[in-house]
Amino acid sequence: MKKVLVILLLAVVGFYISETFFDIGFGNSHFVNNEVIKPVKDTYLQQTVQELKVANTVTSIVVNFRGFDTLGEVTVLFLSVTALGSILYKRRHHVGDRSVLFSASSIVTAGSKLLFPAIVLLGTYVFIHGHLSPGGGFQGGVIIATGFLLMLLAYENYSVSHTNLAIVESLAGVTFAGVGLLGFVYGEQGTFLENFLPSGVLNDLFSGGVIPIIYIAVGFKVAAELTGVIYTVLNEKGEQNG
Amino acid sequence: MDSTYFQYLDYAIYGSAVLVILIGLYAALVKKSLLKIVLGLSIMEAGVNLLFVALGYLKGGTAPIFSDGYDPSQVMVDPVPQALVLTAIVIGFGVTAVALSLVIRLWRHHHTLYIDEIKNLKW
Repeated sequence: MKKVLVILLLAVVGFYISETFFDIGFGNSHFVNNEVIKPVKDTYLQQTVQELKVANTVTSIVVNFRGFDTLGEVTVLFLSVTALGSILYKRRHHVGDRSVLFSASSIVTAGSKLLFPAIVLLGTYVFIHGHLSPGGGFQGGVIIATGFLLMLLAYENYSVSHTNLAIVESLAGVTFAGVGLLGFVYGEQGTFLENFLPSGVLNDLFSGGVIPIIYIAVGFKVAAELTGVIYTVLNEKGEQNG
Repeated sequence: MDSTYFQYLDYAIYGSAVLVILIGLYAALVKKSLLKIVLGLSIMEAGVNLLFVALGYLKGGTAPIFSDGYDPSQVMVDPVPQALVLTAIVIGFGVTAVALSLVIRLWRHHHTLYIDEIKNLKW
């Protein structure tokens, strides 16, 4: 009975959502061609390549045009990691006790030892080249965290220092906010997160002003936070088995 | 490819995104296991992200990246929904992590994941 009701409800919801989107149409421009009112995308694409000299428009939107939004996003991520740690906090804390106990075969341990530096290098590459190619701080940070996950799964006694993670995370956060505050002092208009460094040449590694600096900070921050989440959850020992 | 095929493709992409949202909503509404409910929320989020990126697509558009050898005559897809989805994915990760930690906490207390077996509201 309940399932029938739910399916009916979903049919109604789905019909109206899809009807709206079918009306919009797929792949069409959503704006009437007009010289006065232009979609925000045109301004972003133009300024990205002409003023900021950044190749990847998504990066320039995330870090420059909507940089304040990204600062809020990083804050939400930090908050959720803190909430995770405080919800899973236990007074009787056994250091080194893992919820997942298994012995990995020697192929897995040897292979992950070989792969770990390569994964970290790939992640670093992705966030350093965030303004030139697809990718960026968030993606690179996630790749680095998967490397740590591999090591935590392969080695039973592999541990990550929470203090070091907190230091990396705080330094990266301070860099992001500090670069934003420097915009007040050195920027032409004196606004928060303003690009005050020279833009350089398009498609150069050192281009785009403060955008690579902020994305590198974001990469470190995301890597530290995600590693912290994985480590906290993996070390969570239920009362059932311990 | 002529235009009628494209018309069917329109329905296919928006329709499948809406379908993914509905599958997630169904799991969140009907399933009894807390893990499946959290999974349903994640699936719903994936559907919303798909819908959003599809909304920014332009026919014949390329990726909004000005790397070497890009063609200035070609149109680019809308980068704004892509940037918004990048934000949404990270927020979704945070939401899922906190929800799963609450599930772990409930398991610690009740030793069950089925919401119809958790009857007392006191912890």
